[in-house]
Amino acid sequence: MSAVEHPGAAACPACLASPLAGQVAERQRSAEGEEVQLSLPTIHCAACISTIEQGLLGLPDVSDVRVNLTRKRASVRVRNGMDAEALVAAVSRLGYEAQPLDAATLSAGASDRAARDLTMRLGVAGFAMMNVMLLSVAVWAGAANATRDMFHWISAAIALPTIAFAAQPFFVSAWRQLRVARLNMDVPISLAILLASAMSVWETAHHGQHAYFDAALSLTFFLLAGRVLDQRMRTVARSAATELAALEAPTALKIGPDGPLTVRLEQVGAGDLLLVQPGARIPVDGVVAEGESEIDRAFLTGETDPVAVAPGLQVRAGEVNLTGALRITAQAVGADTLLHRLADLVSVAEEAKSRYNSLADRAARIYAPAVHLLALAAFIAWFWLTGGDLRVALNVAVAVLIITCPCALGLAVPAVSTVASGRLFKRGLLVKHATALERLAEVDAVVLDKTGTLTRGTPLLQDADALPPEALAVGAALAQASNHPRSRAVAAAAQGRTLPAVNVSDIREVPGHGVQGNWNGQLVRLGRADWAGAEGSATVLRLGDGAALPLQFTDALRPGAAALIAGLKARGLPVTLLSGDTPEAVGQLAGQLGLDDWRAGVHPDDKVAAIAAMKAAGRRVLMVGDGLNDTAAMALAHVAIAPASALEATRVAADLVLVAPQIDRIDDALRIAGAARRRILENFALAAIYNAIAVPIALMGLATPLGAAIAMSSSSIMVSLNALRTR
Amino acid sequence: MLILGILIPVSLGLGALGLVAFLWTVRSDQYDDPEGDAARILRTDYDDAPAPDRPKTHAKGH
Repeated sequence: MSAVEHPGAAACPACLASPLAGQVAERQRSAEGEEVQLSLPTIHCAACISTIEQGLLGLPDVSDVRVNLTRKRASVRVRNGMDAEALVAAVSRLGYEAQPLDAATLSAGASDRAARDLTMRLGVAGFAMMNVMLLSVAVWAGAANATRDMFHWISAAIALPTIAFAAQPFFVSAWRQLRVARLNMDVPISLAILLASAMSVWETAHHGQHAYFDAALSLTFFLLAGRVLDQRMRTVARSAATELAALEAPTALKIGPDGPLTVRLEQVGAGDLLLVQPGARIPVDGVVAEGESEIDRAFLTGETDPVAVAPGLQVRAGEVNLTGALRITAQAVGADTLLHRLADLVSVAEEAKSRYNSLADRAARIYAPAVHLLALAAFIAWFWLTGGDLRVALNVAVAVLIITCPCALGLAVPAVSTVASGRLFKRGLLVKHATALERLAEVDAVVLDKTGTLTRGTPLLQDADALPPEALAVGAALAQASNHPRSRAVAAAAQGRTLPAVNVSDIREVPGHGVQGNWNGQLVRLGRADWAGAEGSATVLRLGDGAALPLQFTDALRPGAAALIAGLKARGLPVTLLSGDTPEAVGQLAGQLGLDDWRAGVHPDDKVAAIAAMKAAGRRVLMVGDGLNDTAAMALAHVAIAPASALEATRVAADLVLVAPQIDRIDDALRIAGAARRRILENFALAAIYNAIAVPIALMGLATPLGAAIAMSSSSIMVSLNALRTR
Repeated sequence: MLILGILIPVSLGLGALGLVAFLWTVRSDQYDDPEGDAARILRTDYDDAPAPDRPKTHAKGH
């Protein structure tokens, strides 16, 4: 994760403030201290490990530090209730960024255990395969009679327990499918492994020439290797996704008899009074009880203009409080919030996506019955030809099963997906869903959201040069006092310009309205027009009794937005921009990017309807969005991508998460997904060619264990090498 | 043929030794942080004196 995106300040105060508090609430106390997890997105080298480990160990309350460079994380054991905030401060003094992670969200146990379990089975299968292969070499070299029998018995002694242990995942999966009367790839695999072992034991007992213990084992080994790759890739993506979630633990400041107390969201009930600090995200749906402020609804509606709120007005979970502290009465919590209802919708869509037929599924559907029929035909034919020789007929049938067994097929998809996901990961994209890459390769239309997706969701002051330098200087001085995104935009515009020095005193922020101060004996105000003494709700700067200077803001483009549109056009994909923002704002951005197809003022339901209509027209839509207003549409789309700055609920609906700040990486994703699909198809073709050569040989009864071993290994290696060409 | 009676157990024993070593590396989480381990070996922190013993607290879970 070299390129973790740090969401703009607008999204971040909340995620900085709440997880800290969550840790305090959630800590497990024990005799030897407690463990705090930190995310360290900027570490990259041996020196970084040393600096952080030594630096933190130097703190009096830290008993142990372990930095994990692969996951860019540190787990720190602390004493005396030292909190994560102090650790973050210490790390930033050392020169690195750190963010506390919520321990409760991180505990990923199950998938780790599954990965370890598979690795263990792979190791055992590898050991057994090597040893049996060595013994087989002796047989192939011409060992005969008693020596051959002994070597076969030793092979059996190694192979049978190994198969019972290592091939279990295939048996379990095959049995599960058979019970519901279905065939998957694991059925022919299990059948081949079991029949090969059984026949080899029988042959050995009857002093036969051919035993397939090595084939059964290498089959198990190669197929397990495919499984391990698959599992590993998913674990990496999942752990990165849970880390994103752990950065923003769901907590709220509940006002109790002893003042505000941080609690986890589950502990908030309807009717509770909550405190929402400026910069924090509103945790539940509710009504403002006290305080005035402005809130940013961009995540819910896509509007970039902040909305003023006062007591009695409704607020929704997910909105960001900008200027003043608010006390809100919780109305809907947990399952009743809009946010949660959206999550339900997402899980319905997830189910639809899990029914997607991947290339591997489609291959298995043709392949599994074909193999069984072929083996059966071989058995019947040879039984008839040899006049009822069961042993020969069974030998040929098993040879056919082993030769056709999908070693290459089992590796074809996981090897390519692993390589492709790895390449995307390096470019800052997390592949969350197993079939996401395949679906991405099929996309033939793109729908984009505006606010927070094509733009950063943070305003930029327009025409700063048109303002009198003195006014801009005063405005910047006032703006320093506020965390409002527009104030920050004014302050940012003043930076890097040479402005006259001004002395503004008595600066005070009026929540929900703006900032005021005293400059040369005059009252100066930066804020809402109706408050500063002008018409409308725009933002103005007013110096004394002079005319109010209107300030225009635009939404800053995300880096790479223009390149993305150009890239999509070059691919010939139709691009639609759907935004909940005003027509002016959307039209201006569309003009800037050269987009003709755009719609403004789109409600979440309209977005869903738009996607559904495109779907009905046979389009496979890629939806890129970040807001809750996009979530339902994303769940419906063929494949969805969300930036890391999106809300958790939206990221859950997405198949890929864009961690890098550059949005044109989506173009890379499309290219890599296309390449991956081509490689998978090529691998299937390779496997088919190999079968076309090997199956007739097996059907003629000419296959030997040596031939099977050579063919199996070479086809697996060829498929893996081809997968490495994905880029 | 007597030689087989010695060499086969020897080769199996060596293989089993490798297997046990592999299982140990899996169990003690040595595949948890490959990048970190590659980087750690280049540090000079403990060139002069060995690292003090760590409390065994991070072994499981992450």
